[in-house]
Amino acid sequence: MKTNTHGGTSVSIKDLSLSFGTVNVLRKLDLDISDGEFLVLLGPSGCGKSTLLNCIAGLLDVSEGQIIIKGKNVTWEEPKDRGIGMVFQSYALYPQMTVEKNLSFGLRVAGLPKAEIAKRIARAAEILQIEPLLQRKPSALSGGQRQRVAIGRALVRDVDVFLFDEPLSNLDAKLRSELRVEIKRLHHKLGNTMIYVTHDQIEALTLADRIAVMKGGVVQQLDDPLTIYNKPRNRFVAGFIGSPSMNFISGQLAEKAGKQVFRTGDLDISLEGYEAEEALASGREVVLGVRPEHIRIDSDQHVAHDAIVDLDEPMGADSLVWLKVAGNPLSVRVESGKRYRPGERVKVSFNAAMASLFDAKTEERV
Amino acid sequence: MAEATAIQDRSLTHAEPWGAKPKRMFAPATVMVYSILIVAALYYLLPLYVMVMTSLKGMPEIRLGNIFAPPVEVTFEPWVKAWSQACTGLYCEGIRTGFWNSVKITIPSVIASIIIASVNGYALSNWRFRGSEVFFMILLFGAFIPYQVMLYPLVIITRELGIFGTLTGIVVIHTIFGMPILTLLFRNYFASLPPELFKAARVDGAGFWRIFLQIMLPMSLPIFVVAVILQVTGIWNDFLFGVIFAGTPNFPMTVQLNNVVNSVQGVKEYNVNMAATILTGAVPLLIYFFSGRYFVRGIAAGAVKG
Repeated sequence: MKTNTHGGTSVSIKDLSLSFGTVNVLRKLDLDISDGEFLVLLGPSGCGKSTLLNCIAGLLDVSEGQIIIKGKNVTWEEPKDRGIGMVFQSYALYPQMTVEKNLSFGLRVAGLPKAEIAKRIARAAEILQIEPLLQRKPSALSGGQRQRVAIGRALVRDVDVFLFDEPLSNLDAKLRSELRVEIKRLHHKLGNTMIYVTHDQIEALTLADRIAVMKGGVVQQLDDPLTIYNKPRNRFVAGFIGSPSMNFISGQLAEKAGKQVFRTGDLDISLEGYEAEEALASGREVVLGVRPEHIRIDSDQHVAHDAIVDLDEPMGADSLVWLKVAGNPLSVRVESGKRYRPGERVKVSFNAAMASLFDAKTEERV
Repeated sequence: MAEATAIQDRSLTHAEPWGAKPKRMFAPATVMVYSILIVAALYYLLPLYVMVMTSLKGMPEIRLGNIFAPPVEVTFEPWVKAWSQACTGLYCEGIRTGFWNSVKITIPSVIASIIIASVNGYALSNWRFRGSEVFFMILLFGAFIPYQVMLYPLVIITRELGIFGTLTGIVVIHTIFGMPILTLLFRNYFASLPPELFKAARVDGAGFWRIFLQIMLPMSLPIFVVAVILQVTGIWNDFLFGVIFAGTPNFPMTVQLNNVVNSVQGVKEYNVNMAATILTGAVPLLIYFFSGRYFVRGIAAGAVKG
């Protein structure tokens, strides 16, 4: 049933800017979201992701630019006329109304016939499995149930675009992962366009067709989750995505025995297999980024480097081992079978093909 | 001394600290706190006690001068007289006309001021418009200007409008003067409600009045209770506006009380004066008694955000 990323454009944002006084929250933002796409806006707090969502919803007036939903310019339209449904972090259920009344409020405002309202509520309640809760007040629901009702309120509106504003952030870890799966399933079932704001990278990576990583009101990178994870455009994206986070080592590009290496102090790391986007000139100041899982301990390879164990953090399925390599702190993900003692000497090797190189000044990928 | 008892307590139960920490009945701090509270309570209750006792005595007994002594012969004569016979200037109908006047002034003033202020506060906190902050500042500024400054201009304005010395006039005056503080109260309360509720209602297509009436109002009972208490007590206790703007036939109870107490015809009837005063103060007093809890809660709720 999923109508994924083909067909027309669902939401199109053109040259969007928003400023409060002298503060520019969004800057010249362009974004095209395809029909049926699940787009996640990801970024640290204050990056403008929620603001962007509020602009799309029509809850904030934009300073410049256009918002087009389903081919209709809605820049000046009221939220109700934009064909959107929205789910909020705090659920925002009307506390004095029963679940049923919560779901039907928008439909009653729109003046829909009673039979139609009942039909839509029945359908939403069935999809979200909240039929037994319809006559309860929100205060008698658990967090997960409340959020389900909130999603239902967007569902009954029968709209093209769903907007989620950190919908899972108020839930505990277990419920969060359960509802995450449910939202993904819902997307597969309905095939609507969904725009989802979160600061949680796991949610972003698991749910998204594409992720827009934002910082300072600007989209840093817009790509599918794997590309974002493996080929981050700049150092910010590299550091923001991934937990435990990426290791960064400052150094220069150099040549050794006719091959490109990354040199820091007296440590030379081979760059064999790295897909550079531009010519790698020797002597250029760069930052090497390697994810903990792309470093191996006790490798037999001839390129192995000496390292000293600093700390061992067992995390269940695997452990994070903190090493010192030529004075640089480095975290390495290893299988949990083996424990390491602080001070132990080990050998490590790097997987250059999975590493990233960033210019030291611009912090852009090279 | 304190240390010694502490050691003793501990040795009685366990050799070392175990379980709930023992609470001492007469810790110095507790004794201090309770002594101060009791003294303060007595200090404030004593005048009330004297008033009640005096109002239950006959004049001969009052002349003996033992103001703290309970009445030997309890009489309700002064209460009846205060209510229905005491003289205010030329008329000797007691303060009951004042009571009904106060009711007639208070009820419409409270309702009008609360309706207007709640809409004001809602608009100022949820529908920010260009200059809404300035508008709010100007409104607040009104709360800090002494009333006396505005009296004369207001007399002229109400006279020109033809409502000086009428019930309408005094109601309008009370409504206007309730505005700054009530608007502040409502604005802060509405600002403390989750803004996402308002957003959700807008996405659902509800407009200004529908959001106010169907979403905000049902959640605002506490602040309405506070506003009612504040306005009823404020307007009931008002003397200045009543004496200036209400006009003689509409004088509120406070003004009548003043006339009863200050018009001396022969003997000063302390018992009648006391009874009249208690009767006048009874309404706000009862309101505090029955809603004190809500009052504190609501004030706290309304004060969260600036």
